[in-house]
Amino acid sequence: MSEVLPQPATSVSAWGLAPAVLAVVTAGLLLGLVFAAVDRAIVTGRGFRAGGEPLRSSARLLLEQPRTTLAPDRLLWRVGGATVLVTAVLAVAVVPLGERTLWSTSADLVWFNAMEALLWAAVWLVGWGPNSLHALVGGYRFLAQGLAYELPLMFSLIGVGVAAGSLRTTDVVAAQSGLWFVVTMPVAFVVFVASASAFAFWGPFAAPAGADIAGGVTSELSGVDRLLVSAGRAVFLGVTAAMSVALFLGGQSGPWLPGFGWYALKTVAVIVALVWCGRRLPVLRPDRTVEVAWTVLVPVTLLQTLVVSVLVLSGFYA
Amino acid sequence: MAELSGWAIGAVAALGVTAIGMGIAVFSVDSMARATFALLGSFLAVAGILLVFDLVYLAVVTALMMTIEMAIMAVFMIMFMMNPAGLMPMSMVHNKRGSAGAGAVVFIVLVIGVWTVDWPTRDGQPPADSTRQLGEAIMGSHMLVMLVIGVALLATILAGTVLATARGRYDRFGADLRATRPDDPVGGGLRR
Amino acid sequence: MSGDLVLQIILTVAAGLVGVGLYGALSQQSIVMIMMGLELALNGVLLAGGAAWYFLAPQRPDAQMLIVVTLVVMAVEMAMGFAVTIAIYRTRQVDMVDMAADLKG
Repeated sequence: MSEVLPQPATSVSAWGLAPAVLAVVTAGLLLGLVFAAVDRAIVTGRGFRAGGEPLRSSARLLLEQPRTTLAPDRLLWRVGGATVLVTAVLAVAVVPLGERTLWSTSADLVWFNAMEALLWAAVWLVGWGPNSLHALVGGYRFLAQGLAYELPLMFSLIGVGVAAGSLRTTDVVAAQSGLWFVVTMPVAFVVFVASASAFAFWGPFAAPAGADIAGGVTSELSGVDRLLVSAGRAVFLGVTAAMSVALFLGGQSGPWLPGFGWYALKTVAVIVALVWCGRRLPVLRPDRTVEVAWTVLVPVTLLQTLVVSVLVLSGFYA
Repeated sequence: MAELSGWAIGAVAALGVTAIGMGIAVFSVDSMARATFALLGSFLAVAGILLVFDLVYLAVVTALMMTIEMAIMAVFMIMFMMNPAGLMPMSMVHNKRGSAGAGAVVFIVLVIGVWTVDWPTRDGQPPADSTRQLGEAIMGSHMLVMLVIGVALLATILAGTVLATARGRYDRFGADLRATRPDDPVGGGLRR
Repeated sequence: MSGDLVLQIILTVAAGLVGVGLYGALSQQSIVMIMMGLELALNGVLLAGGAAWYFLAPQRPDAQMLIVVTLVVMAVEMAMGFAVTIAIYRTRQVDMVDMAADLKG
């Protein structure tokens, strides 16, 4: 297509197409597994022994007899369920693994955002598909929640792009060689990680799958569909933790360990912190989070972006 | 000459057919939810074609915006239309032949124009970074466009809110606007 | 395949989208479906803008600006369309354009 003079560092160019894709998909699933294991460990309080529970429940779900409902919209239901996991794995394509992303375009951050928006629509489809009241209510709750977190998430990503002068993830990681972005934009970091739990309807934002509506969007899922949606949620949460390390915590930089060791350490630290905080908060109602998000978070993230822009103009990031 | 590789042309052809097929499906399926997501499929196919043209930013922004729009449209679709799940066949059209004729006439006129116009030769190679080209245009030579867009969007937000809400400030704060807390049916999270 | 031919084929696809969208916008009775027709027609404009950028003038940002403006027009149209739909529904309990023909004639 068009000639790009210095080729950006993509894992496809380094390892070949098939190994790179395989590595990226494996990394995504592994991140999801780590998140689910940490989640189980902290919720049950049994530490490492509970870490194997996600694998056991995945095996059980694979063997479970699938149930169905009366007159479901099977096409949309299956498409929604599959899209949750597919967009989660596609989002890994712009997360740097070993300092290389699967592909490196001039709009990586927007790609990540687009995958999250597709997840938003897909979860509504999962609620609509089974022709069931509780699932539909959960789907609508998720739409309302999406309106809450979408703008603050976009403004945090914009802040990162402005500070790095580029929307390419490898450029963002390189721009943090002097100072991590979390130092100059802590609000954006917190909003980014919190909106991860919001778009994966987990923890304090689990109202779409709440116990008061019999499990909400997950109420009619069974068997492989349930596994796909649960795995997609866990993968997205793990991938967003890894992305936050790349965007805010300097990626692979660190003194003694090799680069990849630091990256893994920081990702696990973010996951543990996210799970620890998330499991201590009660489930928030979407109608309340919408007001807080629009009247508090949007101005705060706008101010954060203003601060970042002033710093860029004064040459702080040069 | 534009250098699109063979498989790129094949991808563009497949995505083009998908876009039109999904577009036709919008008006032929009975289920309103499927119509909405068929439209989303059409948009995603066009976004894919833009990706092949190396317009990465615009492709991803199109996918992002249209996904959000279609999800909102699904909400309105199901709110207002009487057959959202398509459980019975339904066709709510008026003047079907006239509009099909109008659509066909416009298509034929456009196609005649497309195939008979003497298209100019290509004016240089695509830039290395189309995103940067767009960004520099928005902030530089075409800033007036962005200013107008910004004001238009603000006007849309205000006009949409005014049209959509049934309650004004007199309903919320009392006839003399002296109430300390607004009187809303659904309390928000801030307890203002 | 010459660039001209590919451009013409893509513009034909865009014209097809405009035609289908126009058919939908003129034939549907529900306001929401009319808006979907208009969105489809603007989708055709989007595709034509992208093709024009790549095949005619890739050194100029004008076609990209056209695409940006088209995206904004889509958003504005959808927002105003839904607001008007809600307003009409509140007063008349219908959402079909046949019942909103007050300005006709």
